[in-house]
Amino acid sequence: MAEIDMRKVDEIIGRYKGEEGVLIQLLLDLQSEFNWISPEAIARISEQMRIPKSQIYRIATFYKAMSLKPVGRHIIQVCLGTACQVRGAPKILDRVEENLKIKEGATTSDMRFTLKRVNCLGCCAMGPVIVVDGTYHGKITPSMVEDILEQYE
Amino acid sequence: MPRLNSKEDLKALRRKIVAKRDLNKPYITLCSGTACHATGSDAVATAIQEELEKQDLTEEVGLRRTGCHGFCERGPIIIIYPAEICYLNVTPEDVPEIISKTIKGKEIIERLLYTDSSTGERMVHEQDIPFYKYQTRLVFSGNLWVDPTNIEDYIALGGYRGLAKALHEMTPEEVLAEVKSANLRGRGGGGFPAGRKWETTRNAPGEPKYVIVNCDEGDPGAYMDRSIMEGNPHRVLEGLTIAAYAIGASQGFIYVRQEYPLAVSNLAIALEQAKEYGFLGEDILGSGFKFDVVVHRGAGAFVSGESSALMNAIEGKVGEPRPKYIHTSESGVWDKPSNLNNVETYAIVPLILEKGADWFTSIGTEGSKGTKIFSLVGTVNNTGLVEVPMGTTLRDIIYKIGGGIRDGKKFKGVQTGGPSGGIIPEQYLDSPVDFDELTKLGSMMGSGGMIVMDEDTCIVDLARYFVDFLCEESCGKCVPCREGLKRMREILNDIVAGKGKEGDIALLEEIATVMKKASLCALGTTAANPALSTIRYFRDEYEAHITERRCPALVCKALISYYIEPEKCIACLLCAKNCPEDAIEGEKKMIHVIDQSKCIKCGICFDVCPPKAGAVTKISGKPVPPPIPEAARKIERGKGKG
Repeated sequence: MAEIDMRKVDEIIGRYKGEEGVLIQLLLDLQSEFNWISPEAIARISEQMRIPKSQIYRIATFYKAMSLKPVGRHIIQVCLGTACQVRGAPKILDRVEENLKIKEGATTSDMRFTLKRVNCLGCCAMGPVIVVDGTYHGKITPSMVEDILEQYE
Repeated sequence: MPRLNSKEDLKALRRKIVAKRDLNKPYITLCSGTACHATGSDAVATAIQEELEKQDLTEEVGLRRTGCHGFCERGPIIIIYPAEICYLNVTPEDVPEIISKTIKGKEIIERLLYTDSSTGERMVHEQDIPFYKYQTRLVFSGNLWVDPTNIEDYIALGGYRGLAKALHEMTPEEVLAEVKSANLRGRGGGGFPAGRKWETTRNAPGEPKYVIVNCDEGDPGAYMDRSIMEGNPHRVLEGLTIAAYAIGASQGFIYVRQEYPLAVSNLAIALEQAKEYGFLGEDILGSGFKFDVVVHRGAGAFVSGESSALMNAIEGKVGEPRPKYIHTSESGVWDKPSNLNNVETYAIVPLILEKGADWFTSIGTEGSKGTKIFSLVGTVNNTGLVEVPMGTTLRDIIYKIGGGIRDGKKFKGVQTGGPSGGIIPEQYLDSPVDFDELTKLGSMMGSGGMIVMDEDTCIVDLARYFVDFLCEESCGKCVPCREGLKRMREILNDIVAGKGKEGDIALLEEIATVMKKASLCALGTTAANPALSTIRYFRDEYEAHITERRCPALVCKALISYYIEPEKCIACLLCAKNCPEDAIEGEKKMIHVIDQSKCIKCGICFDVCPPKAGAVTKISGKPVPPPIPEAARKIERGKGKG
């Protein structure tokens, strides 16, 4: 389980304290710092920013970029935008799922990988695309999947 | 850099920058948009830097990392000035040779040039390559020369001249009149005249007024806004500031997708520089006009690209649309008059100011003026970003610029307008592309995604894909969209699973009609387009799925079987070794056979079967032939059949 450093949470809250309409930006900062938003962090935001927890959960469950579950050490994004779709992305996703024995949205039990399906990363000319920890792998074929995953421990 | 306090200051600065630059000095520009990043532009940049140091050329040769050049298929792209030699697919290993041969020896490296696949001719200059030759790059032109992190590059190209002209030579009313007479229509989807929108916000009661840039670009398959924002953010800032002046706004918002990290960071740098040079903040260029900009990161929700939903998101709320009878131009962010346009729209504005409305209206068609950037992707040979005058035909875009369909396949359709658009079949390829023509064809312009599909795309499966996407992205606020999409998804899932029923098509059409009439926002009213346009043009494919249980494109898993043609099998064992279910029986010199009861239809055998054999095939709509008896499986043909 990813440890949440509450001092860091406080620091991020501090960037926005007293401002209006900043909840989304604050949650995005937390998300990029920890890759997920923990219940403790939500409680702290609620207390410090005087925003009801229900409102925070409403935002955090609405937007795709926010995760309420801890994620694995590596995040795999498989693009299923239309351009990748017509170039065979569904087969890539199948192969990743098969390889990791998890479905999209899930995390492997050893916390090595979290698999996400995304709708367009905007590099359609290189589709199908998968992104692992921010590194883009373009023009992927199903047989390349295993080699790519092996690079990440 | 001291801030600029007048039009003359800007002129003087530009002269200074240009004078400093020696146009005869060798210069390497390297495309560094996201796609090129993905194909290794960083490593190429490092290699160039190191090689220049090694060969002691850092003083004599310049390196500039620019934004996206558009031909993403062949990136990273470098252009060597002053001869403008264009090299494609450059790798770090090529760099030493490029420096020694081309920079020092003025010699061209043939293998890095573009080769025309039909004539075999090699092309040295970017503008000779068919992908570029037929384009008219106005908005996108800056991307070729500008380092997005260096404001002086933009100024050198005449940047911020349009703003200076607006602030010092024109009243806000005159700016508004100019944009109105240019008939600039919004590039984000609806094609609403930008000038009229500006005027409504300007005249609406309430202060302050806001101007907003929509860089949410949620349409899968479209990435032109990202490339402008990444590659030339000052052009957007200039357009936004001009709009703010015309409207009377002092505060702007730029809403950028979190998924576009490079756009976010380049924009942040651009904002800092614009403030430093006096293009933003108090008393811009000494005109007394004051304007500030705040960046909001979008948190990933397709519906947030809808204008009223986006404004909710800016307020920090859930990005759900508001009822449309209240216009956001009158009551938007914090209930104040708010003008929203997309990135490309704002990026055109400086050009209109500088060159005039007459120049702009001389390009394009009767109802759609200027150029449009399309993201030409899918199964076309040359994928990338393409800027053409409005009215260019689909055929010219796909065949002349795009180089036709990959792997000699047959064209099936082109999707325009994103998930809410439609799929246009072959018989309309000669239609000119503009706002009104696409709407007539049952599709729409959208933000300019153009996804080409070949015969291997199943249209019903694709419609299901779009409905599935929209279903996930529907905010759920209004019933027709929320429930309509769910029911459509069920029906389409059934059809692709081979469980389609008679009457399904009519039911899809009925649901679509209700959604079109009764949904709250544009996402809902257009959500039925993918289903409607595919039924309109590809009804036979739907019928084949429903009545014959056949998938003509051989895609839908439930309706196809994989089969090894005994006479073609060369017994190479590749399929058997790769089959994850051990469903293929086979040994050396024995024809392989798929056990249909074990097959999960993953298609791996089909992919790995050597093309010279081509033994694995897909069958749909008819029974799989029985496996050949074991006794007949022995291959007697000796090695290397045929």
